[in-house]
Amino acid sequence: MIPELGHFALIVALCIACVQAVVPLMGAQRGDPAWMALARPAAQGQFVFIAIAFGCLAWSFVSNDFSVLNVANNSNSTLPLRYRFAATWGSHEGSLLLWVFMLALWMTAVSVFSRHLPAPMVARILSVMAVVSVGFLLFLLFTSNPFERLLPPAADGRDLNPLLQDPGMVVHPPMLYMGYVGFSVAFAFAVAALIGGRLDATWARWSRPWTTMAWAFLTVGITLGSGWAYYVLGWGGWWFWDPVENASFMPWLAGTALIHSLAVTEKRGGFKIWTVLLAIIAFSLSLLGTFLVRSGVLTSVHAFATDPRRGVFILAFLAIVIGSSLALFAWRAPKVGLGGAFALVSRESALLVNNVLLLVAAAAVLLGTLYPLFLDALGLGKISVGPPYFESVFVPLMTPAVFLMGIGPLARWKQDAPLDLLVRLKWAFGVAVATAILLPLTLGRWTPLLGLGVLLAIWVIGSGFVNLRERLVQVRAATGPGVRALPQLPRGYWGMLLAHFGVGVFILGVTLVRGYEVEKDVRMNIGDTVATGGYQFRLDGLSEVKGPNYEATRGVFSVTRGTRTVATLNPEKRLYTVQQMPMTIAAIDTGLTRDLYLSLGEPLPGGAWVVRVYHKPFVDWIWGGAFLMALGGVIALTDRRYRLARRERAPGAEPVAAAAAQGTR
Amino acid sequence: MRWLLLGLLCLTTGLTPAKEAPPAADDPVLEQRLMRLASELRCLVCQNETLADSRADLAADLRSQIRDQMKAGRSDEEITTWLTQRYGDFVLYRPPVKSTTVLLWFGPFVLLVAGIAWLLVYLQRRRAVAPQLSADDHARAQALLRDADSGAPEPDRPGV
Amino acid sequence: MKSLRFILPLLVFAVLLLFLWTGLSLKPHEIPSPLIDKPAPTFELARLDDPTKTVSERQLHGQVWLLNVWASWCVSCMQEHPVLVELAKTGVVPIYGLDYKDKRADALAWLGKHGNPYTVSISDPEGRVGIDYGVYGVPETYVIDRAGVIRYKQIGPVTPELLSEAILPLVRKLQAS
Repeated sequence: MIPELGHFALIVALCIACVQAVVPLMGAQRGDPAWMALARPAAQGQFVFIAIAFGCLAWSFVSNDFSVLNVANNSNSTLPLRYRFAATWGSHEGSLLLWVFMLALWMTAVSVFSRHLPAPMVARILSVMAVVSVGFLLFLLFTSNPFERLLPPAADGRDLNPLLQDPGMVVHPPMLYMGYVGFSVAFAFAVAALIGGRLDATWARWSRPWTTMAWAFLTVGITLGSGWAYYVLGWGGWWFWDPVENASFMPWLAGTALIHSLAVTEKRGGFKIWTVLLAIIAFSLSLLGTFLVRSGVLTSVHAFATDPRRGVFILAFLAIVIGSSLALFAWRAPKVGLGGAFALVSRESALLVNNVLLLVAAAAVLLGTLYPLFLDALGLGKISVGPPYFESVFVPLMTPAVFLMGIGPLARWKQDAPLDLLVRLKWAFGVAVATAILLPLTLGRWTPLLGLGVLLAIWVIGSGFVNLRERLVQVRAATGPGVRALPQLPRGYWGMLLAHFGVGVFILGVTLVRGYEVEKDVRMNIGDTVATGGYQFRLDGLSEVKGPNYEATRGVFSVTRGTRTVATLNPEKRLYTVQQMPMTIAAIDTGLTRDLYLSLGEPLPGGAWVVRVYHKPFVDWIWGGAFLMALGGVIALTDRRYRLARRERAPGAEPVAAAAAQGTR
Repeated sequence: MRWLLLGLLCLTTGLTPAKEAPPAADDPVLEQRLMRLASELRCLVCQNETLADSRADLAADLRSQIRDQMKAGRSDEEITTWLTQRYGDFVLYRPPVKSTTVLLWFGPFVLLVAGIAWLLVYLQRRRAVAPQLSADDHARAQALLRDADSGAPEPDRPGV
Repeated sequence: MKSLRFILPLLVFAVLLLFLWTGLSLKPHEIPSPLIDKPAPTFELARLDDPTKTVSERQLHGQVWLLNVWASWCVSCMQEHPVLVELAKTGVVPIYGLDYKDKRADALAWLGKHGNPYTVSISDPEGRVGIDYGVYGVPETYVIDRAGVIRYKQIGPVTPELLSEAILPLVRKLQAS
């Protein structure tokens, strides 16, 4: 009954989506308030029914209903509760339902937090989002029905892939999808603006918090995925330039360009065409990612079970959505008009170079990811493109962008003097160079790449401090003594500082762990010790343990530094009984300045084990930096100008007054 | 009796030295070189994993062969050639620079140069056609700015 | 000219779409052999039935032959085995078996149970010859001509369609020359 209810709910949602896709859009064209007013309740109605469908599938998983094919394929009665719930999105069908659920969530959010937007704009935005929803619901119902029955029901399920039986599975996909799907809002804003013909600073102010929120979610989602891979795969890697990882990274790069481009459009009315194009590109890359992961055109550990028929459907959907939005762009963009002029050296030009660099980087990742497919399709043989390529290309492309991060925030709008900038930044540069030379030497080893990494990281952080100091001086000069300066700085500014600071922390983490991590593979008997990074690891004992759905050998290691006991680590070698799949569970002692990473390798004759010990300095700065970036984004979008109390709007009010009258909360 | 056993226990644990664990590989330096090379090679039977990380049988076999070749004194280049002779370029994660991969290796930089070149041209052109205000507009602008200073809705902070 | 550049993103997307569409019919897992039209790698391996005797690929010059890589633990080999047994009965082309990473006793038992289409089967217990031939999965089948040059590689089980459409016509052509 429950699965059928869920299935029916999806059909109802599809009907609502169809109405929502057409009626408000036509209403906006015709100026019909009743038709336009349909958008909000339709969006909320969609959410209700999709939530019901999602709930039904989740219930089927949690209650072990093995008459549902999806549950039988991806769950098991011995699976702990939280993983039974997470298994809802552990399959192609389930994760699509999650996608659609997230879309409904964003649509509802837009419907609620858009009182300050003119009705035609809201109608168009929600219609565009509904078109996307229609596509995905059709895809679900026709090719990927999560509620398909298995009759007679299976006695028990095939279990969730042991690699996914982890807290990471509970958080990573939802965060990631919030990001992917969130770019549909920016996309909808852009398309609505192209249709309506109104693209100005006000539009940018409306669009910006939504875009930044989606970007922050995507940042968190990608970071969680990377951290999860780090501790679950057993050898401490955290990014593999795998096609599915790239599929999430490309929208992130385009999204980063977009939030910076939006800044210019909001503040100076410029970059309108760039912003609109970037919004379309960011979401298109999200959709492209969906295609790549589910169609079978690329090989990846992350890819879902493939079916070319599904690939055809998504490709057709891509063609329609992206094709028509780019066609709309080609048609309407020339009429959008330009913003204010700016000099060769100015904040605008720095941001423009930033746009170009980030887009080229995204294009490079796309090129590398799809190149094997290009060659194969042209009959030119089969090649592989992996981390060596991406790193060789990505680092040189991003280096100038990171360098610009120090200059851009300091440069004045419209026009600035290059010499003046150099003078203001000389200390930051000097400190960066000095640290780049000294720090690697004190840590034991200097190479040009290490020097470059440290240089860029300290440059970003240092120039951030220069920026802050200058800004405080400015504020004190404007408000006089006796008024505290710090609280007067807007959250948008703090967000920017924090996010950029996060980039510096990230780069430092990557550089230092790459340069100075130590790995030791040793053969250990009980009582043996191994030393690395100033720590001693002793194998105290081995025991057999039984988990809810696995059996394992657990090692007990004590970690000491000199005479002090630092930690007890318990790495495991598990065998998940249902799928008979072995898994290495690493034990990690996390610290601010280093991780101690221990995993069991293979058992040796005589009771000994191969043990892998890693000392990874500053590795947590990688994810710490990324979380700081996301936090910066969140702080920035809670800026006052997006939260100003709604003021009465006189009929025919100018854009300035309308912009001031924000209604959120 | 108890004391005898206790004494025996102390004796035996005292006599078993906790030793420094030996490296898992016979030649750790060679092994490091092997892993470095293997991390740039693709496991042929996996879903996109390196030869270093893969636990597949074929991967273990290939690593063993590579190890033997390294011991026999072959260079990294000779070993990769040996592999590509048998499995093609597919086995390399660093695609060789050939006529078919020129676009791959140089494309991004060509794109970057083109992008920056377009940028410079565009910025030059924009400066040349900066909009000029008429005298009337100038006066209107001054009036508006005066109004703004005297308490109308707060404008943006400069430079935010 | 000015409005032309706005159409560029759409054009780029159209090209991308074309490639993605083509990509749906490709097989990214299949690795084509770089040994096609190259001499078959040399080997000298013990016979499965009589380990005291060896077979080298040089001995097979002068005839067109098939090399079929198989193993008793290979599930897909069961699929193609009846096809090979039938082919062996016709005597059109000799099939030599490469018993890949297998135990002799298991292999003999398997052949006894499912039939033996091989003129001779040779043992490659460590898989070294397999690696020389670029074997990465089982079963695989090679067509080798009179001069000892590899002319065709089939990845995966041999089906009757593949035999009639690809392998046998090639064999006949090679035998005629």
